[in-house]
Order: sequence, then C-alpha cells, then structure tokens
Amino acid sequence: MAENNTSLFYEFKKGLWQDIPPFRLVLGTCPTLAVTNSVINGIAMGLATLFVLLGANIIISALRKYIASQVRIAAYVVIIALLVTVADMFLAAKFPPISKSLGPYVPLIIVNCIILGRAEAFAQKNPVVPSIMDALGIGIGFTLSLATMGFIRELLGFGSVLNIKLLGEWFEPWIVMILPAGAFLVYGGLVALVNYISSRKTPGTETL
Amino acid sequence: MDKTLEKTEIKESPAAPAQGGKLVISSSPHFLNTESIPKIMHTVVMALFPATAASVYFFGFRALLLILVCIGACLVTEYAFQKIRNKPVKIYDGSAAITGILLAFTLPPGFPIYGAILGSVFAIGVGKMLFGGLGYNIFNPALLGRAFLMATYPVLTTTWVEPRTVQKAVDAVSAATPLAMMKFEGKFAPLSDLFIGNVAGSLGETSVIAILIGGLYLRYKGYVNWKLPLGYLGTIAVFSGIFWLINPAKYPSPLFHVCAGGAMLAAWFMVTDMVTSPTTALGQWIFVICAGILAVIIRLFGGLPEGVMYSILFMNAFVPLLNKHTRPKVFGEGYKVQ
Repeated sequence: MAENNTSLFYEFKKGLWQDIPPFRLVLGTCPTLAVTNSVINGIAMGLATLFVLLGANIIISALRKYIASQVRIAAYVVIIALLVTVADMFLAAKFPPISKSLGPYVPLIIVNCIILGRAEAFAQKNPVVPSIMDALGIGIGFTLSLATMGFIRELLGFGSVLNIKLLGEWFEPWIVMILPAGAFLVYGGLVALVNYISSRKTPGTETL
Repeated sequence: MDKTLEKTEIKESPAAPAQGGKLVISSSPHFLNTESIPKIMHTVVMALFPATAASVYFFGFRALLLILVCIGACLVTEYAFQKIRNKPVKIYDGSAAITGILLAFTLPPGFPIYGAILGSVFAIGVGKMLFGGLGYNIFNPALLGRAFLMATYPVLTTTWVEPRTVQKAVDAVSAATPLAMMKFEGKFAPLSDLFIGNVAGSLGETSVIAILIGGLYLRYKGYVNWKLPLGYLGTIAVFSGIFWLINPAKYPSPLFHVCAGGAMLAAWFMVTDMVTSPTTALGQWIFVICAGILAVIIRLFGGLPEGVMYSILFMNAFVPLLNKHTRPKVFGEGYKVQ
C-alpha cells in the first residue's frame, strides 16, 4: 500500500517539475505564448486546461477497455470536445471579461497536445486513480507555468501584477513584453532556466 | 586520405623558417597576415570618429553621454557573460565597443539613459553572447538592440529633436525627421541640410559627410568590400528612382533616399559587418540588392517612416542560406570520372 502511495505521489509530482508541460515536454506552447500577457489570463487558461485534462483522463481511463484502439483518437477528440465546450460555456457565463480576453484559445484547448498526449501516453494504459493524479500534476504544472509567464510579462509590460500597480511611476513599461515577441523572449529564457537548473540538480541529464 | 596530400615537407628550402630545418606546408591559408580582430575593430572605431564628432556638434554633449553609456553597458555585459561562462575575457578587442557606438548612433538624442543601457544589454547579451560570441551571431547586434528598443519604447525611440537645441535641455524643440516629414506631411527636406546633417534624426545618422569620411577611410584601409555599401546605396537609388520618375511630386528623389535616415550609416557600418554579411560575391550581391529594395518598400509603402533597420535584420537571417548556396565550385567539382 505504501509503495502504491509513493507511486501515486510520483504521478502527481512529475508534472510539477520533471515533466512540466511547456518547459520540459515543450507541449502546449500555443496557449503558453498566446494568452500569457497577464497573470489572470494565464491562470484562467491553466485552470480551464486542468479541468479538461482531469475530465478527459478520468473518462478515457474508465472507458479504456471499451474503446477500440483503431478509433481511439476520434473517441478521445469527442470526449475532449465535450469537456472543452463545457469549460468554454462556463467561462462565458460566469467570467465574461476573461472569456473575452482569452478569445478563441479556450475552444482551441481541444487541439492542445497536452490533453491528447496524456490520454494517449497515460490514461489509456492506467486505472482511474493514477490518471487523476497524472492529470492534477500536469494540469497544475501547466497552470503554474502560465502564471509564471504571465507574471513576468505583466510585470514588465504593464508594471503591475493582477492589475495591482507594483512598479511606480518611474518605470517605463516595456511594450515588447505584451507583444508576441516578448512571449517568445520570456519563453526561451524560462526554458533555458529550467534546463539549467535540472542539469545542475542531476548532472548528465539529457537537456532539450 | 593520403598523408602526403595533406602535408608536404620540403627540405633545405631557402625560404624555410627555422622549424627544425623543414618547411611545413599544410592546407591553406598560407599567408600569415598581421591583421587581427583588435586591429580591424580599432580602425572601425577610428572610422566612426567623424560621425561621433558631428553628433556632438549637432546634438550637444548629451549625444556624447549616450554614446559613452552604450559603450560602457556593452563592455560590462560582454565581460559578465564571458565571466559567467568561464570563457576568456575578450572585451578589449573592440567589437563590443563598436556595437555600443553603432547602437547609440541609431538612438534619438533625447533618449533616456536607462533605455540606452537596456538596449546595450540586449544587443550584446541576446544579440551576440547567446549565439556564442563574436563570429557566431546571426543578426547585427546593434540593430537587434535598436529593434528591441523600438518594440519596448515605441514612443521614446521616435521622439526627435531639432539639431543644435539640445544644449539647453529645457527648451529642446521636438521635430520630425526628414523621412517622417516625407511620409506623413509630404514635405522634402533640402539635400544640403541632409548632407551636412543639420536635420532632426538619430545621433550618428544625420551627417552624411561625416559618415562618408569614415566609410572612405575604412575602404582605404581595405576593411570594406566596395560591393556592400555601393550595392546597398545603389539599389536604394535605382529602386526609389523608378518611383521618382513616375511621380516626382509624390516620391522624393533617389539622392534624398540615399542621404536621409540611416541609409548612409547602415551602408558603411552595418551592411559591411564581417560577421553578418555573406562571404561570397554572388551572396553579397543578393544580400545588398534585396536589402535595398526592402528598405525602399518599407519607406514608401510601409507603416514606418524608416526601413533600413528591418531591411538589414531581415536579410541577415538569410546569410547562412546565401553562404551555403552561393559557394563557388571547388576546382574540379562536378567533373565526372568516365
């Protein structure tokens, strides 16, 4: 039982650093670059993805014995599309401003490689409980990544965090940080940083 | 491969240097030149001196301050990167100083000091050191720094002042550059002012005569391939001349295009950058002609008044491709053995 617990915890923990989606797996880069010009957008996008990922992993791992492997991708896409529609309508109903600022990127969660990737790589081979832990770990890791990107870009691009002015009048905002170019700069810097730290922690680790 | 092909040993040759009595001829290059990176770079710094003097004359000591800040920030950034990566410190070779001077030359005279430092750090850090240092960078570092500042501070980088008013910093008169006047007001500045540099604009870009003196000095020293500056300016002149002939009232003359904005500075000091320009003759022609056409297209039809910076950065991206596909044939290459 103890061993089972540690492996469950491992499934959760790996998404937070070792397999953190945008920086180590380099999956889901499209929302990472597109919607992280503020912290709140990043967190909203991350939570929407977490919800879809959790639901998809649960349903797919529960149905894994009944989905014929020849049509599994089509079946996964139908399941994911259902969940994304729920998330999209929920955001539009409860948080219209966020839904508006995220624009088409919420419906685009359907084609987010993280979700299909976890379904294919994990949920279809594992029981429900480990799949839940996997989804939680990867989803929270993704949310934290987007929040970090959003934090850096909002701080430098607007001088604020969560719409609270942190840097005073002396600070001239770096407009580039809220433009796509800034997203690429921050993303590249963070990938390099994560790779650097992991290569220091475990010498000889293969870096991307 | 046969060893004798690689290394031929000639015994008792009269010209042989004392290397154990043998002259060792290895694969080319054979000439030992006295040229070195510091020597070339210091000559370029000398060549930039007239333009520096002109910028101080027209925009006051504020210009000198900006130039010194940019040089200092570039040197410190290069030093920091080389220290952190445990590489030999080579800040005295002058390449970082040139990046600093050129970056400062592209800034408006009233540009804030912190912005100049930020641009210098980006130019050297991202533009040069992240690629592996001098010789490995794809883009011209100074132009990359300028492009970053353009995206970061779009208002500050396009706020110009009238020349010879900055000394009294309080009443510096804001003004439009000749290119902006051409684009947004349809007015053409007189060519004589452009030639001397008595117009609003970036620090070191305004005075055509000062840049020309420096550029010709570099040509005299043999560090500039004539194809690059003349090809670039010639393309700008010919391509803009076509539009001028069609409608002289709407489009300015080719001479205006050559003298206005950053064309002259870029032609002599940025297009000719040894690292970021092609090495083959055909590649160089393609590089300068495409860059010249792009600059004119951006100036006449783009959203920005000045297109020189983006034209060169854009073509820099193609340099590895040009070098690869315009490589001349090695003697005997393509000959089929019967």
